[in-house]
Amino acid sequence: MKETKGTIVKVSGPLVVANGMAGSKMYDVVRVGDQKLIGEVIRLEGDLASIQVYEETGGIGPGDPVYPTFEPLSVELGPGLIQAIYDGIQRPLNIIREQVGDYITRGIDIPGLDRKKRWHFKPEKKAGDKVKLGSVIGSVPETELVTQKIMVPPGISGEIVEIKEGDFTVTEPIARIKTDDEEKEIYMMQRWPVRRARPYQAKLPVSQPLPTGQRVIDTFFPIAKGGTACVPGPFGSGKTVIQHQFAKWSDADIIIFIGCGERGNEMTDVLLEFPKLTDPKSGQPLMKRTVLIANTSNMPVAAREASVYTGITIAEYFRDMGFSVALQADSTSRWAEAMREISGRLEEMPGEEGYPAYLSARIAEFYERAGSVRTLGDSDKTGSLSVIGSISPPGGDLSDAVVQATLRVVKVFWSLEDKLAFARHFPAISWLNSYSLYTDTVKDFFAEKVAKDFFDQAKAAMLLLEKEAELEEIIRLVGKDSLSPSDRLILEVARSIREDFLHQNAFHEIDTYTSLSKQSAMLDLILYFYEKAKDTMEKGADITDIEKLAVLERIARMKYIPENELEKIKKIKGEIDSELSKLTQTEEVK
Amino acid sequence: MIKDYQTVTEIAGPLMLVSGVSGVKYQELVEIYLPSGEIRQGQVLEVDEDRALVQVFQGTAGIDIPQSKIRFLSKGITIPLSKEILGRVFDGLGRPRDGGPAIIPDLWQDINGAPINPYAREYPDEFIQTGISAIDGLNTLVRGQKLPIFSGSGLPHNRVAAQVVRQAKVLGKEETFAVVFGAMGITFEEAEFFQKDFSTSGALARTVLFLNLADEPAIERIATPRAALTAAEYLAYECGMHVLVVLTDMTNYCEALREISAARKEIPGRRGYPGYLYTDLASNYERCGRIKDKNGSITLMPILTMPEDDKTHPIPDLTGYITEGQIILSRSLQRKKVSPPIDVLPSLSRLKDKGIGKGKTREDHSDLFNQLFAGYARGKEAEELQVILGEAALSEMDRLYLKFANEFEQKYVSQGEYEDRSIQQTLDLGWELLQLFPRVELKRVRDEYLEKYWTKQGQGKSKIEPIENKTTEEKTE
Ligand SMILES: Nc1ncnc2c1ncn2[C@@H]1O[C@H](COP(=O)(O)OP(=O)(O)OP(=O)(O)O)[C@@H](O)[C@H]1O
Ligand SMILES: [Mg+2]
Repeated sequence: MKETKGTIVKVSGPLVVANGMAGSKMYDVVRVGDQKLIGEVIRLEGDLASIQVYEETGGIGPGDPVYPTFEPLSVELGPGLIQAIYDGIQRPLNIIREQVGDYITRGIDIPGLDRKKRWHFKPEKKAGDKVKLGSVIGSVPETELVTQKIMVPPGISGEIVEIKEGDFTVTEPIARIKTDDEEKEIYMMQRWPVRRARPYQAKLPVSQPLPTGQRVIDTFFPIAKGGTACVPGPFGSGKTVIQHQFAKWSDADIIIFIGCGERGNEMTDVLLEFPKLTDPKSGQPLMKRTVLIANTSNMPVAAREASVYTGITIAEYFRDMGFSVALQADSTSRWAEAMREISGRLEEMPGEEGYPAYLSARIAEFYERAGSVRTLGDSDKTGSLSVIGSISPPGGDLSDAVVQATLRVVKVFWSLEDKLAFARHFPAISWLNSYSLYTDTVKDFFAEKVAKDFFDQAKAAMLLLEKEAELEEIIRLVGKDSLSPSDRLILEVARSIREDFLHQNAFHEIDTYTSLSKQSAMLDLILYFYEKAKDTMEKGADITDIEKLAVLERIARMKYIPENELEKIKKIKGEIDSELSKLTQTEEVK
Repeated sequence: MIKDYQTVTEIAGPLMLVSGVSGVKYQELVEIYLPSGEIRQGQVLEVDEDRALVQVFQGTAGIDIPQSKIRFLSKGITIPLSKEILGRVFDGLGRPRDGGPAIIPDLWQDINGAPINPYAREYPDEFIQTGISAIDGLNTLVRGQKLPIFSGSGLPHNRVAAQVVRQAKVLGKEETFAVVFGAMGITFEEAEFFQKDFSTSGALARTVLFLNLADEPAIERIATPRAALTAAEYLAYECGMHVLVVLTDMTNYCEALREISAARKEIPGRRGYPGYLYTDLASNYERCGRIKDKNGSITLMPILTMPEDDKTHPIPDLTGYITEGQIILSRSLQRKKVSPPIDVLPSLSRLKDKGIGKGKTREDHSDLFNQLFAGYARGKEAEELQVILGEAALSEMDRLYLKFANEFEQKYVSQGEYEDRSIQQTLDLGWELLQLFPRVELKRVRDEYLEKYWTKQGQGKSKIEPIENKTTEEKTE
């Protein structure tokens, strides 16, 4: 094909229209202007192409050239992804800084994977083996936590002619495969178009929980491996902290964190903190399982639109190796706004709140890329991809179009309330409005691995909280005095559940993470107190004395008991017994 | 290549369409020569084939379709920068308005700036002592943070901002710092207040002012924060200074954006503001911060008046989604004569956690503020209950919390406009107020700090006394 070139006829913010673009396809990457800014074709009409440009378009005008590449927007997949920090179109931000300094200038073209670095490739197949798309032919230890599997890329199946162990760059051949008509070289790197979901053999029902170390989530509103969740809430209600906590402590093998149109400092925070925190399972720095995508709010809006696709494609790639992957998108509202902005410039017919009519379809497609799957290839691997999106609705109003479209597809809803956040009750997840549709899915796992009655404990605690809400209503109408002593006990215990169990400080060195066994022990203790106090009151003890017991303070502090001293929580039961028994003794003496 | 045209074909609001142009670029700077000799500035908003849509900063009133000459300057909007800008006053587009000489520039800089690479950022973690307890103790400001003041008309946001400018310091450090002040559509009187205050405190010589007053061209306000932040970037990263940027009033800035959007007939977002308001505000606010291996820093304090005191109005709402917290002023505290009337419950500094504690403020800071917050929140709940049901409905404990909330407002939040409290004073005051409670109520503080700071102050005052002085709103009026 001869070198073709289009010509710009219109520039409006991130949207450029060019003519002479016949031959280009939808979602093809093009280079815009003399600086060769990166853009993507998002509409074609005759030889006119509308292009969203991933860099600032100031200084571009009609008459400037557009160079088609005839390739769709793709990411590079292979060793070198872990611990990387990319912008929305997979340009490595650390290398950008090395090359052009502290500000992101235009026309930068740096590949996603390092071309010079050598990785040690160890074959897991030998010459003569038959392989197909997705077959694992070898592995590369990337970090102490992640060993990447090298898989046969799309379009190739046949017999291995040659495969070698050694140190290679991602673009050096590591194997040759004889297909029906020719011999093909295999590299550690492959490419995949971001807007297309990577294939798998079959979707599987989700069955395993994905513990997060966050008590309100694991106990009341758990998410499953391969599941989907959303966290809507007004500004400052704790979405980002929850996402960070998830990235830090969730029991996933790989974390993909997408900072989509949010703050630069939040990415710096992750970059500084994750290398210092250690994975509770392996003792290794958490950064060694993490990939960051940072397209902050001041970076070009079109690249923000692409960032969620870049992230989820990388996530799928690790899923295909059989890992359990968790992806966080903070915030999907900014992605939706990017769509809205581009759609407005295309002068498309707007739907609700000016969002394009295809908003819910795009959101559904995105979350549909989550799941637990049997992967391609010849061994029966399963991998999972869990997706957690935060949503930033205007004024915290849940009737917002993005919230509503998301709730139609996700299975877990962690609803953040500003009232709780004002009172510094964090995580500000409303225990009355939130839900998880995985509670039944993970029930058996909890019963088997944590405690037989974990599920029942959680249910009992939730009942008390619901009862508390009813009682609060009554108090609001007629005051506290009208309550019976047993209702007052319920209030006291519900308060303890809220303050001593649900409240969890992400910045406290111990409180930040709670294992499932500790969660169970804590809940068990509170409910034990409830039962015993009830008994004691039946024997005549006064509720006001119970409210003043010193052991309540011990219960309040159990969250600070380290994971390796959990027996201390159980021991508090003894103190409960002895303090309560004193109450009835004095009664008898009287 | 400079191109002149006399082909204005349409004027609508602050916009002007120029036809038959060629080689015009997006965001190019434009000069408009009126027959009267007046020269105005504009910027290309969109180019479609041979038609350029231009926003005119000084408005289009008086522009004459056949006779006005339009010149495209082949460059974006730039301002001249050198250390000489300190002590000077510019207009909203960065031209001197103090009668002083033109700046002999070190460099010309495009006012749009470029996005900071997130990888180049240094995390803000240096405590700035403002001397205001409600900020230092509970909503701690750190260097490189963007922390807006959400206010309402008639509330003393200017005074709070001026007090911060006067008192802000990083403890134990002697450094060069500067103030950049960007004013969009504020009154002459307000501008005078700041200039006078800066001058009395001696800050004026280290201050750069960009002023667009209420009676000056509204569209120019779109350029003002950008010019101010460009100057701040120069002082911070080229000259190594610590810069505090105050932008007031962002509400006027947003209104100018809305005017342009309406003139372009864009699909409006909430309350008529453009759908890209978030991105536009972020492209300003995110210019603040710290950069690795650079000495200087930019701390940003935008001020905005919330229309109808409504925090969910798009301007405060979107600002809150971008900034690292917010300081909220409250009318009801103002009525109670609490000064500064900072409502600490919905206020928040998100970067406080890394700026406080051992070696920065004091080890007990974090636990202490958690406890103070919790106590105040519960006290306010009790207050609400009391308003509905009367005092009799309150339990003993509720009454104690109510009393605490009142003392907290009167002693802790309220302080003189010229009272500069050290962080030690602020922290100790917090412990003093907590003396009111029995120990079991102090659950958010770890034992060792209770022993060390709370017991020390001589606990035991925790008897529940009847509340004599009910400070309801009516009473104090
Ligand atoms: N679990 C937690 N423990 C302690 N503090 C918390 C917790 N969650 C949130 N916070 C506090 O709330 C602040 C705001 O939280 P966060 O930044 O996550 O809000 P957000 O919902 O992401 O807001 P935005 O929409 O503006 O990004 C934090 O800076 C922190 O001070
Ligand atoms: Mg956030």
